[in-house]
Amino acid sequence: MRETEYGLQGRLAPPLANGELVFEAPWQGRVFGMARSLCESGLYSWDEFRQRLIKSIALWELANPDAQDSYEYYDLFLTAFENLLADKDLLGGAVLSGLIAELTTRPHGHDHEHEH
Amino acid sequence: MSETTEQAIRAEAIELLLREKGLVSEAQIDGIIQQYNARTGPLNGAYLVARAWADAAFKAALLQDGTRAMEPFNFSGGEVQKLVVKENTPQTHNLVVCTLCSCYPWAVLGLPPRWYKDPAYRSRVVKEPRKVLGEFGVNLPDSSLVKVWDSSAEIRYMVLPQRPSGSEGMSEAELAELVTRDSMIGVELLD
Repeated sequence: MRETEYGLQGRLAPPLANGELVFEAPWQGRVFGMARSLCESGLYSWDEFRQRLIKSIALWELANPDAQDSYEYYDLFLTAFENLLADKDLLGGAVLSGLIAELTTRPHGHDHEHEH
Repeated sequence: MSETTEQAIRAEAIELLLREKGLVSEAQIDGIIQQYNARTGPLNGAYLVARAWADAAFKAALLQDGTRAMEPFNFSGGEVQKLVVKENTPQTHNLVVCTLCSCYPWAVLGLPPRWYKDPAYRSRVVKEPRKVLGEFGVNLPDSSLVKVWDSSAEIRYMVLPQRPSGSEGMSEAELAELVTRDSMIGVELLD
């Protein structure tokens, strides 16, 4: 896992050539990869995802009418992806929140590798 | 950072569950990420631009029907339902945005830059395109016309930048080297 994360950063080098970060953290790339993979497997159309992304962006903009800062794009991308998974019943909600709780309380340092 | 960590954990949990269910594999996800970086990247668009500079007939075909003109290139993956290419000239400067979300011609330009998704870029570029262009270092004469093209799920726009002076006699491969992603979005002039 760790090697993959680092390798992933290395492969981001071409888009970084113009001085832009494409993914700020590995999880953003993972979410992007998952969303595209499931679409390519035919579990939903890209437009179904896109509609939810539009909605999550619109909701953010409604909630932050005077914001000078931009939203975190991949936060909203993740929200859209989670909503789509829920709508398609691809994940059990209870199972997900249980696993999140479990991962959150695991011993300190375990998630270190995902932050690089 | 705590928010990022929370998102990282959510993403990790989702991935674990999806993998457990056999809906996705680690290799698949890696493959997609690689595809949109290594194989698609801005270079595909650069090939189209270089060919258009070198070959007037191809340029005419590209401007007439971008989707059809790029077919022989066999660019894999990506989201180009309908590619429309807009040519920059000394009189007209074209600029691409998606005001609704962040529609972008991935298959030719790779992943969008971060600023492309910013609400600031998306809204301001329509209201004050010259000012936004100025912030990118693109200062156009008042006499030139600026056209802003709003992408959608159905139509993705790409800019055909003006060929830089001094590039006469270059091969197509050399020309492609000159083409940047930003010039194909319309926020950079090549010279």
